[in-house]
Amino acid sequence: MATKNPLQLKYEESRRRLLMDRSVPGRMGVSLPPNDVPEQPMPGSDILRNEMDFPEVTEGEIVRYFSQLSQFNFSIDHNFYPLGSCTMKYNPKVNDEVAGLRGFTDIHPLQPESTVQGALKLMWELQEYLAEITGMPGVSLAPMAGADGELAGMLMARAYHLERGDTQRTKVLIPDSAHGTNPATATMSGFEVVTLPSDARGDTDLDALRNSVGDDLAGLMITLPSTLGLFDSNIDQVVKIVRDAGGIVYGDGANLNALLGRVRMGDLGFDVMHSNLHKTFTQPHGGGGPGSGPVLVGPRLLPYLPTPWVTRRADGEDETFSFTTPEKSIGRMAAFHGNFGALVRAYAYISTLGKEGIAAISDDAVLNANYVMSQLKDDYDLPYDRVCMHEVVLSARTLKRQHGVSALDVAKRLIDYGIHPPTMYFPLIVEEALMVEPTETESKETLDYFIEVMKTIAREARDEPSLLHDAPHDTPNSRLDEARAARQPDLRWRRQT
Amino acid sequence: MNPAELKYSEEHEWVQVESETVVLVGITEFAAESLGDVVYVDLPEVDANVGQFEKMGEIESVKAVSDLYSPVSGKITERNEQVLDNPQLVNDAPFEGGWLIRVLLDDPSQLDKLMSADQYESFLASQD
Amino acid sequence: MDSHGFVSPYSPNTDSDRREMLDAIGVDSVEELFEDIPEAYRHPPLNLPPPKSEMELLRYAEELASMNGVPGDYACFLGAGSYRHYVPAIVRQLTSRSEYVTSYTPYQPEVSQGTLQTEFEFQTLCAQLTGMDVANAGMYDGATSLAEGALMAVRVNGGRRIAVLDSVSPRYVEVLETYTKSQGIEIDIISADNLTLADDTACLLAQQPNFYGYLEDMQAIADKVHEQDALFVVYADPFAMALFKPPGEYDADIVASEGQALGVAPTFGGPYVGIFACKQQYIRQMPGRIVGRTVDSDGKIGYVLTLQTREQHIRRERATSNICTSVALIALMSTVFMAANGKKGMRHLAELTYHKAHYLASLIERIPGYSLRMDGTFFQEFVVECPISPSEINDKLLSQKIIGGLDVSDMVPNGMLVCATEVNSREEIEAFAHALAEAVA
Repeated sequence: MATKNPLQLKYEESRRRLLMDRSVPGRMGVSLPPNDVPEQPMPGSDILRNEMDFPEVTEGEIVRYFSQLSQFNFSIDHNFYPLGSCTMKYNPKVNDEVAGLRGFTDIHPLQPESTVQGALKLMWELQEYLAEITGMPGVSLAPMAGADGELAGMLMARAYHLERGDTQRTKVLIPDSAHGTNPATATMSGFEVVTLPSDARGDTDLDALRNSVGDDLAGLMITLPSTLGLFDSNIDQVVKIVRDAGGIVYGDGANLNALLGRVRMGDLGFDVMHSNLHKTFTQPHGGGGPGSGPVLVGPRLLPYLPTPWVTRRADGEDETFSFTTPEKSIGRMAAFHGNFGALVRAYAYISTLGKEGIAAISDDAVLNANYVMSQLKDDYDLPYDRVCMHEVVLSARTLKRQHGVSALDVAKRLIDYGIHPPTMYFPLIVEEALMVEPTETESKETLDYFIEVMKTIAREARDEPSLLHDAPHDTPNSRLDEARAARQPDLRWRRQT
Repeated sequence: MNPAELKYSEEHEWVQVESETVVLVGITEFAAESLGDVVYVDLPEVDANVGQFEKMGEIESVKAVSDLYSPVSGKITERNEQVLDNPQLVNDAPFEGGWLIRVLLDDPSQLDKLMSADQYESFLASQD
Repeated sequence: MDSHGFVSPYSPNTDSDRREMLDAIGVDSVEELFEDIPEAYRHPPLNLPPPKSEMELLRYAEELASMNGVPGDYACFLGAGSYRHYVPAIVRQLTSRSEYVTSYTPYQPEVSQGTLQTEFEFQTLCAQLTGMDVANAGMYDGATSLAEGALMAVRVNGGRRIAVLDSVSPRYVEVLETYTKSQGIEIDIISADNLTLADDTACLLAQQPNFYGYLEDMQAIADKVHEQDALFVVYADPFAMALFKPPGEYDADIVASEGQALGVAPTFGGPYVGIFACKQQYIRQMPGRIVGRTVDSDGKIGYVLTLQTREQHIRRERATSNICTSVALIALMSTVFMAANGKKGMRHLAELTYHKAHYLASLIERIPGYSLRMDGTFFQEFVVECPISPSEINDKLLSQKIIGGLDVSDMVPNGMLVCATEVNSREEIEAFAHALAEAVA
């Protein structure tokens, strides 16, 4: 790379300068509205704030700063983003337009229900759609994210057992391949976590499961398909064993994209699940939220749903929608009714695809993942050599042992080819894991490019490993010192004194 | 190399016998390397009691947390404040400047339950 | 593949693409890829409506949207946790950039510096607004942020009880119950007149201004709480912090706030962003994402997610919380909003809001039959005691295109919690006062 001269370095530095360092006393970023009412007496200065240290920057400077910063991001709109278990599919633009309608953005959450019938109708219809897609009769749209849906679900499981006097049911089984949110949620819900091993095929180890269930079993939290990208071929028996032992079966719907139109958790006998609208139903990820995690339940947990849910009363042609609190509700998940803006986008997405389009998603998502697997299994380790679902877990184990190149190095080198790294080092039970989820919205041309790049990187690992160790080469920052960040936490701008 | 004069636990702690009743405790080079860059160490307070092979604290790298187990029972007489301020010492000198606690032993015979350097190395080999 | 001739605008695979891929995989049909699913469940019904074209979708959505009475078309005097403020055009423009909208959580810092640096800005502005040492990158909303603050106080301070002032929003208390009940934590609702905490109390929660709109004497409360070795957890309104003494100046330990008022439209309740701030010594017990400044291998400054060992993806069942999101895009809206309004604008808007609310109060006070429940200094909202049921009044107001205040008659007899901010024009305010008078004339 050509070295930069001082002026070019100055430009680079200027793009990263923080707001407070850009601040110049007297500059304004907005035109402030005037006061059109008579001045009111102000309270004494003893309770008023002294000067607040805040930026003074013009509108144009703010626009340039945030626009330049934005260009340091990879995003779905700019890059292939095969981040396993995150379902980074294309986010349709019309969804944002629908969600941006004034009649949706400007309504206050506490308006009289008669003035928000359109919003309530949309929520009710979305509840119906999600119930149909998952085979679960009860839906609350209140949870704000997947983990929040998990919390709602496990609190319902707790309420269910307590009401039956089963206070001894404190154990929750969680497979060793699970997302960290599952055990964290179980703890927050007052349960004790017991880790369940996977068998050699990556399915639930049935013997271990049988040995773990008893009178103290509260339930099982299982991701379907699993984070290994596999559909548990024992799922029938898994559900039966847990239910027979009196446990609640929780389905983590993070990977619902693999199942749409193909199988419904409700039909399989799951008691409760959540759906990540920001994965399966294209609410944009926004750099880490907002998400939305509706919780869906079968008959056993129906009375415990969090508040509110939307009910419909029909009287001839007239229909009225209202918020209702279920009989034995676990209570409120947030100040208001959930992430309505995300609900509108999911609703728009389901409406656009309809029955035919929704059912076709999983076919293409699964086909694309299996295609990638078939083309890369000679270049990378494949810990579970069987048909995968919407994502494939590869491993850089051999590259690491033979060439000292890790999954991290492979991931960082992908950036040099304009591809966002896959999920790395997860699930924890796969050494040097690289979890690839292409999604149904990528073309065969893109997949072929990715495959070619992955093969090239495997070759580079043998021939010129430093290319991988030093990657990425063309980003605003090279690899960052995370140890320093954690040792000496520097979490905000401070005035130099 | 694991110094021959130290004793070792299966949880990868080492013990240096300073006198009949006082020992110094740290984690082995193997443990430090497996953790990667140590960023934070959480140790019990001085005067706290610890039990042999029981959890006594935590050690963190950027993306992992491990429990620390005391290789002996006794009362903590000193913590390595330098390690608390600069956890990197555990990586830089695990057997020296990176020591963690000084313990007044309850029962010196517990030291017999620990491994010699040779035994620890065979133990490591058997783990791989 | 599709018998109805529908072609998804989002899925590029053609039949010939599919054929090529199936051949490469070595299977005859997609069906074979689903054979791990028990046969009996493999073909569920899917009773959804047929696909809508973009044009049809927009028409239908506009129809639904038009069924709503929209503040702006209606004069609206609701607050109680969601506040209307003018959102400058640059907030929407910048936060619509797809680099921000369509990226994931910044786990790969080299290709996420945009998100990471803006989150660092958010943390800085939140710390400065609250007057606290540090803030995280964001929580779901103000209510959950407060509940997580209480759980954090329990981790820091021990104890199995949480005391809550009786003037905290009932909705926030409900969320707190959802979060704490399962962990065996007891909640004591207490009055500011008697701040004796039960043994084993980890913290006291207070809201500033309180649910009824009035300022509490936070310094006095903080002193009493600290004397009893409990932590002081505060929910503070963001604009009130720009005008009145912020929590950092009365020794709060943990602060939660609702970022919605800072540049986010009410959106029927979400998505919003919770602000979470605390004293430096507690950072390892914080929930949520935290961004830190560091250097890269060339010595250049850059940003990363840090202190991740607190979080669920590493500490699993012992994590500080199960939260993964920081609601980054909404936090970005608040960041741009705070940056644009800046030092002068934040104070100006807060003062304007104060004047509007107090002007409205001065008009209502003069209407026969109505009285203000004066309880010290208020900021943007206050409780009116109405001569008849507030819901009855609100029904009458609707026909004049006015959405009145919140009916709080379950807490204050015939009470209506009324809010005004800078977006309420003088005409609206006067029309509202006039309509209130007429409603009982």
